Amino acid sequence: MATNTAAGGASNLLRFWPWVVIPLLALILPQIFDSRHGITLLSHMGIAIIFALSYNMLLGNTGLLSFGHAVYYGLGAYVAMHVLRMVNDAGGEGLPLELIPVVGAAAGLFFGVIFGSFSVRRAGVVFAMITLGLGALVHSSSLMFSDFFGGEAGLFGNRVAAPSLFGVDYGSNTNTYYLVVAWALIAAIFIYLLRKTPLGWMANAVRDNPERAQFVGYNPTIVRFIQFALAAMFAGLAGGLFVITDEIVNDESVGQIQSGIVLLGTYIGGIGYFIGPMVGAALVTVLESSLSSYTEAWVLYFGLLFISIVMFAPMGLVGIVHTQYLTWKAGGWKGNTGIRLYMLLAGLVGIFGAICVIELSYHYFRSWDPSAPFGLMGFTVNATTALPWLVSFGIAIIGFGLMLFHGKPMLARRISATSEGGNA
Amino acid sequence: MFETIAYSILNGVLYGTLLFMMSSGLTLIFGMMGVLNFAHASFYMLGAYFAYTLGLATGFWVALFLAPILVGAAGALVERYGLRRVHQYGHVPELLFTFGLAYVIEELVALFWGTVPVPYKAPASLDFTAFSLMGLDYSMFKVFILLVAIVMFVGLWLLLKKTRAGLVIQGALSRPDMVGALGHNVPMVFTFVFAFGCALAGLGGVVGGIQFVTDPGMAFMMGPIVFVVVVLGGLGSVPGALVASLIIGILQTFFLSINFSLAGAIGSLGIEDSGFFGVLWHMETTRIAAVLPYLLLVLTLIFRPRGLFGKREA
Repeated sequence: MATNTAAGGASNLLRFWPWVVIPLLALILPQIFDSRHGITLLSHMGIAIIFALSYNMLLGNTGLLSFGHAVYYGLGAYVAMHVLRMVNDAGGEGLPLELIPVVGAAAGLFFGVIFGSFSVRRAGVVFAMITLGLGALVHSSSLMFSDFFGGEAGLFGNRVAAPSLFGVDYGSNTNTYYLVVAWALIAAIFIYLLRKTPLGWMANAVRDNPERAQFVGYNPTIVRFIQFALAAMFAGLAGGLFVITDEIVNDESVGQIQSGIVLLGTYIGGIGYFIGPMVGAALVTVLESSLSSYTEAWVLYFGLLFISIVMFAPMGLVGIVHTQYLTWKAGGWKGNTGIRLYMLLAGLVGIFGAICVIELSYHYFRSWDPSAPFGLMGFTVNATTALPWLVSFGIAIIGFGLMLFHGKPMLARRISATSEGGNA
Repeated sequence: MFETIAYSILNGVLYGTLLFMMSSGLTLIFGMMGVLNFAHASFYMLGAYFAYTLGLATGFWVALFLAPILVGAAGALVERYGLRRVHQYGHVPELLFTFGLAYVIEELVALFWGTVPVPYKAPASLDFTAFSLMGLDYSMFKVFILLVAIVMFVGLWLLLKKTRAGLVIQGALSRPDMVGALGHNVPMVFTFVFAFGCALAGLGGVVGGIQFVTDPGMAFMMGPIVFVVVVLGGLGSVPGALVASLIIGILQTFFLSINFSLAGAIGSLGIEDSGFFGVLWHMETTRIAAVLPYLLLVLTLIFRPRGLFGKREA
């Protein structure tokens, strides 16, 4: 995978740019989006990033597809919540708030060791099915054992009624956000360094060819087990942070939807890159919270985005950018930059048309009065007349048609005409 | 007590046959292509919705035949233009593709038919009591579901064992490259089997949508249970799917209809209804019923990954 290829000294330095840019972004963004909602969203992004990075330890690094990673996130959150409540009940004496996520991590590790002990014997479909079953089991049990899980209402805690290690007042959302950033940075560094240990390399070997890894003298089951337990630990850490930012935890946090979202986010970002899951998790969090207030169709957009990534760009969004960057650096853009930009533009036009069609359909089928005037991309249209439909379909067809049947052949001809190298 | 048992068995068999209609297609698809189709229950849902809409225009009996064909056509399109493209990247992207597809189909169904259940009812010609057993009425429609399932099983068996097409399918199940070398169009066989499996699920939806409820959540409710059936029966085994469907159908109905808990049977022994073991001691079977399939799934995969009838490990 791309990030694991050995590189020379100069590009080694270059490869550390995310470690500068992302923390800088984390410090600048709260200055721009300083509303209460904005800060909460940023905190959730930080948590989602830790969760997605831990998920990618399984999917990207070890080749284990899990449909139940939220189990460790949720159980970590529940245990952390119980500790927070104990601290609350003791009148704010006991474990400092900054260390509550460690409790979540310990719980994640604990359950990861237990459940991992029998689920990692095989990779592939068997592992995916076991995690699916475990996820459903834990989610259903969460409604049965209401002593621990608090039933459908969930459990509440109070982060202010807990001591702070550094005397910080966590009544302010911004201070809580910086706590999330600090933990996210620590988790990211640890997960990154883990990839560079022999364990990380063996995980890659087990992913690519378990038989050969075994011949080298490593037990694939043990390697998978350690990766699984460590991933569960970081998921629990994310769960513990969630308890601090939201002060509530309910059965949704162990549920299948949570497991699905982390899988979607990680894959959309790109499982072959360290920053892929970060980009994906941040994007998914933003889409989930902002798109859902814009349009009813956000789940559909989400699903379509995911399917297109799986079909056309299995290396994810970061993968698209990285491939284009490599092509550009190798001089593959020479003489055809215009065509590439033209294809990009045509594709965007096509997507724009498709969005118009979907929005029209939602208005037509879902609203009480389809003929009511309806604002679409700045125009006020009537969805029961043919014109907006014709125009929207027209834009979509022209955009995608130009991209696939005009731009793509043209690019292929130009590349084969100029040289034998270079790929799109 | 005897009534409860008879009633549970009848309803369990009914539920089991519905499960079999879905799982037989899924297990065929897995056996041949190695794809565990997450969207399989979505095709079941499409079957119900297509039959409902067609039924408004043509009546139930025409829809009973047309809806599965339409679902099969949709399945063929998905295989030809979606799965075949993803196939080159390996099994995990295939699984993920069907996972995303399940979301998209659910949203599209909610878009076109709304999020509330549609009034999809049994036709008047089947809507009467067939027989009464110990004071419990058994409707003609339930008998009809049993008949459909039996016809389907026999038809499937004849198709796979007694026809040339079935021979090619069976060959492509175990040695696709060899079948290809003999001059058969293996990708076409794949598309056909995928479409056929989806049509079977669609047929299940046509009758299942009436028996249960037809709403956009029906796929996500049935999906995981169908997986359990397929894994328990052994991936790729059609007889295994039949046996596992009946086992799960009857077990789940039993757990729902008898009211049993350890505390109720043995006595509470002074154990309070709190704490992990206390709650388990007082847990009633009706509450375990929802968890039971997943418990079976995990236990099967740990102790017997090839399932009851499977020839190879998953």
